[in-house]
Amino acid sequence: MTRLAFGDRIMHIIIYTFLILLSFSALYPFWNALVISFNLGLDTSKGGVTFWPRVFTLENYEIVLNDKRLVNGMVISVARTVVGSAAAILMTAILAYGMTKRELIGRNVYMVYFIFTMYFGGGLIPTFLLIRSLGLMNTFWVFIIPALISVWNMIIFRTFFRGLPAGLEESAKVDGCSNWGILFRIVLPLSGPVIATLALFTAVSHWNDWFIASIYINNEKLLPIQTMLRQILNANIVTDMSNNLDTASQARIESARTITTKSLTMATMMVATLPIVLVYPFVQKYFVKGVLIGSLKE
Amino acid sequence: MPQATTKPQIHAPTQPEPSRKKNVVVRFLKQWDIQLMVWPGIILIFVFAYLPMYGVLTGFMDYKINTGARIFENNWVGFKHFSMFFNAPEFYTVMRNTIVISLLKFLIGFPAPIILALMLNEIRHMMFKRVVQTITYLPHFMSWVIVAGLVGSMLSTENGSINILLQKINLIDDPVNFMSMPEYFWSILISANVWKEIGFGSIVYLAAIAGVDQSMYEAADIDGASKFKQIYLITIPTIMPVIVIFMILAIGNLLSAGFEDILLLAENPVLRPVSDVIDTYVYRVGLSNFRYSYATAVGLFKAVISIGLLTMANYLARKSGNSLW
Repeated sequence: MTRLAFGDRIMHIIIYTFLILLSFSALYPFWNALVISFNLGLDTSKGGVTFWPRVFTLENYEIVLNDKRLVNGMVISVARTVVGSAAAILMTAILAYGMTKRELIGRNVYMVYFIFTMYFGGGLIPTFLLIRSLGLMNTFWVFIIPALISVWNMIIFRTFFRGLPAGLEESAKVDGCSNWGILFRIVLPLSGPVIATLALFTAVSHWNDWFIASIYINNEKLLPIQTMLRQILNANIVTDMSNNLDTASQARIESARTITTKSLTMATMMVATLPIVLVYPFVQKYFVKGVLIGSLKE
Repeated sequence: MPQATTKPQIHAPTQPEPSRKKNVVVRFLKQWDIQLMVWPGIILIFVFAYLPMYGVLTGFMDYKINTGARIFENNWVGFKHFSMFFNAPEFYTVMRNTIVISLLKFLIGFPAPIILALMLNEIRHMMFKRVVQTITYLPHFMSWVIVAGLVGSMLSTENGSINILLQKINLIDDPVNFMSMPEYFWSILISANVWKEIGFGSIVYLAAIAGVDQSMYEAADIDGASKFKQIYLITIPTIMPVIVIFMILAIGNLLSAGFEDILLLAENPVLRPVSDVIDTYVYRVGLSNFRYSYATAVGLFKAVISIGLLTMANYLARKSGNSLW
């Protein structure tokens, strides 16, 4: 590399400064919430807690993790994420593989049929009325079944499957392997990266979803953690939070005066994000690839 | 749609013409195994995507709550609900907010990841680049509930970091309650959106930049072009097709000013005059006030305009040589 010209060096200084500031701003709110969640609530309310806990404590987490309702919310979130992603990936992959078959009668019609739904939909209210009339309200399946097929993921899968060497399929066919056999024994085992990517994206959207439960679920036992968190945060803004916090936590707040709603909220928020935050850096190279497969298709 | 043509095809359908019609049925039954792969998907899409489309007819009827979803027991009222919306006192506010918010998101949120990608591309320290990338992807993976919680915590009057900072540098004397002041809402909303998606959005553009022919830069170096000129004259023109495609998609979404983000950042009803957009309005009148037919009509109005915008954007793009379909 040659020596940079003066103007280029100025530009580099600006870019580095900007990127450092951007990274700081991306990380700081999360870091600050983490710090507050580990700080004694009473101390936090004195103000000024920023980069490091002043009075370190685990008691916020102790309360959050002992709260039956919040733990139940975590269980629901984990269950819908695992079941929902596994089922959706499987169904979408099967569909996508079928759609790669050139001999599939009606293939072009099917494709138009699927793609049309990416541009036009019935909207919130007709979907709501449909889900209600299907009897999916207040059931666990409302999280799973409507999200089984993603047309977008189907297209990504299809593009990936098409890129696999055709010879493998042909030779398996010669050996008498059925189409389903080829899918499960050859195609899927070779599709690790794309499965990992789409599974990550699907899992993230399941884990992060709060809206479905907020309109389709009244039963508190079926609420995922994100929806509960929203209720807690919402209560914090609109009314006095301690009135709306669940009774168990409230009782503990009464007994132990060191705890505040803010530190409990932060601890709940951390519990609700950490699973994703801990996973995504390790699958980064996969999802970068996955985003590219998706955008190449366009 | 470009299709792979290199794949050898073994079963070429070379049956004689006369029996072709009957053959379709026979061939269909014969390939039941691969049809079985696609039909569950077809049925699911029919139920969860096409039935709601049929359900938009609710917007042309007076939906009676006690008859449930049986559509033909309702009365047809034509465009009553549409004209009700156009004449509603909220119409102006909702439309203005929708247009302003989505234009702001487009003008700021669309170029932001491109600029970030161009900046990252200038970084030669690989480690630094990777760390910046990983960190800026982080907010994308957090739910809007969490993001709204973090925004609220940062801007909070008690111990919010932004207020602490502003007080330290003497810009304000007392903490400002940003989250309940309508004049700040649009800035907060747009910033939160850019903050959340800038890093992840840059992935595609970085990949496009990586595909630029390096010899062009070398030639430009020899000619003494500055880095800035190289970006302007080489990088941007080369990644233009990618930019245009994403721009078409963004234009198609212009009426989707946002939903989750607005719902969660504007929990305070004081903000409604600046936060109410078509989607949140549909949600409120439909699911909180149970005006199903009216809300369906408003939603349909939006969907139709969106398709129009998308078609128009695609038409313009085709003229420039890059189109979606």
